[in-house]
Amino acid sequence: MTARTALSLQTGLGTLQGKVSDVLKLAKQLGATQAEAHANFGTGFSVNVRMREVETLRHQRDQGLSVTVWLGHRKGSASTSDLRPEALEESVRKACALAKYGAEDPASGLADANRLAKNVPDLSLYHPWAIDPAAAIELATACEAAALDHDPRVTNSEGASVSTSEGLRVYGNSHGFLGGYPESDHSISCSVVAVQDGAMETDYEYAVARDAADLPPPAEVGAEAGRRTVARLGGTKLETRTAPVLFPARVARGLIGHLLGAISGGALYRKSSFLVDALGKPVFASRVTIDEKPHLPKGLNSAPFDNEGVTTTERRLVDSGVLGGYLLGSYYARKLGMQTTGNAGGAHNLVVHDTGKSFGELVQMMGNGLIIADLMGSGINPVTGDYSRGASGFWVENGKIQYPVTEITIAGNLKDMYQHILGIGTDVDRRGGVLTGSILVEEMTVAGS
Amino acid sequence: MNAVVTPDASLARVRGQVLEAAGIADRDLERALGTLMRGAVDNADLYFEVSRQESWTLEDGIVKEGAHSIEQGVGVRAMSGEKTGFAYSDEVVVPALLQASAAASAIVRQGQQGRVQAWQPRAGHRLYAPIDPLPTLKDDDKVALLQRIDSEVRALDPRVKQVVASLAAAHDVILVCASDGTMAADVRPLVRFNISVIVEDGDKREQGYSGGGGRFGYDYFTPERVLDFGREAVRQAIVNLDAVPAPSGEMVVVLGPGWPGVLLHEAIGHGLEGDFNRKGTSAFTGRIGERVASDLCTVVDDGTLPGRRGSLNVDDEGTPTRNTVLIENGILRGYLQDRMNARLMGVESTGNGRRQSFAHTPMPRMTNTYMLAGPHHPDEIIASVKKGVYARNFGGGQVDITSGKFVFSATEAYRIENGRLGAPIRDATLVGDGPTVLNRVTMVGNDMALDSGIGVCGKEGQSVPVGVGQPTLRIDGLTVGGTAGDMGGDE
Repeated sequence: MTARTALSLQTGLGTLQGKVSDVLKLAKQLGATQAEAHANFGTGFSVNVRMREVETLRHQRDQGLSVTVWLGHRKGSASTSDLRPEALEESVRKACALAKYGAEDPASGLADANRLAKNVPDLSLYHPWAIDPAAAIELATACEAAALDHDPRVTNSEGASVSTSEGLRVYGNSHGFLGGYPESDHSISCSVVAVQDGAMETDYEYAVARDAADLPPPAEVGAEAGRRTVARLGGTKLETRTAPVLFPARVARGLIGHLLGAISGGALYRKSSFLVDALGKPVFASRVTIDEKPHLPKGLNSAPFDNEGVTTTERRLVDSGVLGGYLLGSYYARKLGMQTTGNAGGAHNLVVHDTGKSFGELVQMMGNGLIIADLMGSGINPVTGDYSRGASGFWVENGKIQYPVTEITIAGNLKDMYQHILGIGTDVDRRGGVLTGSILVEEMTVAGS
Repeated sequence: MNAVVTPDASLARVRGQVLEAAGIADRDLERALGTLMRGAVDNADLYFEVSRQESWTLEDGIVKEGAHSIEQGVGVRAMSGEKTGFAYSDEVVVPALLQASAAASAIVRQGQQGRVQAWQPRAGHRLYAPIDPLPTLKDDDKVALLQRIDSEVRALDPRVKQVVASLAAAHDVILVCASDGTMAADVRPLVRFNISVIVEDGDKREQGYSGGGGRFGYDYFTPERVLDFGREAVRQAIVNLDAVPAPSGEMVVVLGPGWPGVLLHEAIGHGLEGDFNRKGTSAFTGRIGERVASDLCTVVDDGTLPGRRGSLNVDDEGTPTRNTVLIENGILRGYLQDRMNARLMGVESTGNGRRQSFAHTPMPRMTNTYMLAGPHHPDEIIASVKKGVYARNFGGGQVDITSGKFVFSATEAYRIENGRLGAPIRDATLVGDGPTVLNRVTMVGNDMALDSGIGVCGKEGQSVPVGVGQPTLRIDGLTVGGTAGDMGGDE
């Protein structure tokens, strides 16, 4: 914020790229055989309105630079939030000092030069929102009002929030790669409390987009928060049984998310994955096809290059149930005797193909079973795929919702669950890096009273 | 305003390290707080932080990477009734401080510059030494420690196929000054060792995990202690190789001592945090003085335990931490408060105002939450159960504060049959209802233990280190989420 280190999005990209170049130069001077650096800058604010009054206004402003150096195949890293030249120099020196203690590891080093992105396509990730806190407070107020006014049983609130942020990402390495781009994220969310017979329930709704023009009207978000919360009132425990389980799109994203951890290079190399040696094998029911689409315009996980500067490319990850690839960065690719897939830092937009059924049709297909509203806890064993989580939801008989259920668990094994996916809905949830519709799983153990 | 006469040597040292080094004088603090104290603002504070962290990771028998990070900045906050304005800067310089103060005070539309009270240095506890843990061991010796444990663990059992071990330390220096004159500092060391192993036996593969630490230098990690963590990780992995499917349904559950106290953190602790109770969104709202547990149960949140991971000399608002009784012989006694929620509820802060960093706002958070010991021998508790589950170790947990429903996931558990431990069972999530679960506690062990120093608590996107603990507990009715059939009720 002082003149010396002022950054703005207008001038910031050049400034950050300059800092990354300086750091790489210095690393070379200090004897590094290879080096890379990430720099970021972000700014924005969020407001929260609760019970129709402003509750918080938070301004955000972050910056940071991290540098990794190699002395031969020995690696050291350092990061700092202070971007003044003397602080950057200290970080580079620290990284070099740490590298001296690292062990020689032939797999360690930059991505191969021929895999680096040649250009940085514009993926339409940057859409600044010209909104001030007063206007954001109005939107949040309208959002919460729609939730509070949805039903007289909505009596309390955790509030509605509107947030906006924009930032810059820059990556450079000693192969001569230097790339960067601006991006933005905007969101509206609302969480309210409803009461019936002295028992309270809460739920929430949210929307997130790169471009504020793509956000739904705040009242729509609020009304949905109200609807979801009221629907949970009067929940009972279910008797223990086995039953088909329908994961609505919002929670189905997590179900596919467990795949990502299991096919990432580190987990595979350490064999801490339930999908070791699954490449080329059917890991899903044959009706499941999943693409990775890193260049979706305005995509929440879109990226022109990965964390090593490697160009990202569209590919089929799961073809009719068969696993077609892993998620690899250079290091674990080398360890596994494979090639990087441009996934240093993770997956970039997984798109799960639907099987042509609407949510309503999936409920009909299920007949008698459980629709999940919310899942709790982290009860997944990554090595075995054992899955056991707390749940609340709705019991369905003959394709019709009967009553809400709460304080239950659903359990199975992800390997079996993936093999027994009966259908994927057309109701795609686009609010994250996994784009999927609702997923119907043939059978799980539902534990209650 | 007078120069500070510090009651605490660390305050003077931290002032030098954080403020004077950045050219920030008392008059700058007063000016910033004055900017914040406009019109209807009740309270304002500045939170300076300089944090250094390092980590060393071993995999494949070699230390692959050392990493180091520095974060520093100042967070400024203005509070007016239930309103909070907040801004921060990662540059600790006077112009940035004043700019952030102006932004935070925008929560109140207008008003004149307000008055700031004379500094009253606050002395905190002395629960840990004000040291920088990073240089307490030579870098060569950090590498050697990791390599030694790797070979020791592999020698324990030939089925150990992979070892990932890490050593980490943080040196967090904070200084808080507030419009009411509060000025306090804390130097917070924190060290941590983690180890995870993969064991293989035929086509079966399992993972085991252990670790610990606290507010010490690296000397805490004696060779014996590190080897104990290694042994524990291997033991857990080997046990789980033989695990059978967990039962499903409601049944008697015996929880082991120590880390299973995550039950209390989820089922009780979060629901007693002041913010939820002020807003009336907790399942415990308005229930002080009511019975929420069997009379065997007394639960406290104690931030004053020497050296513990969840302990603090002062909280992040400069209030000395306390030992707060949450449940006394089954009766709900108190909430956990930060300053803002305490003020709005007309009570005192309990020293539970915590924040992840300068870039986050304080909230009421737990420190070390545990249940006091009871009368029963742990063997007697297991022997009393005809059919049930004994859960010895857990992963994490989660709670819905409003409905009170919570979960926590067992990573090492056994069937109990006719008073004896049977086969180990696969990972299973346990689910219950916070305000009623402790009413079902029928036996409490005399073996109260705290966890080994591994807890991280997340709330509204902020993580803080915490501790938990408990004696062995018998709970007559928790839902176990396995895949095998219901074992039927007890007795």
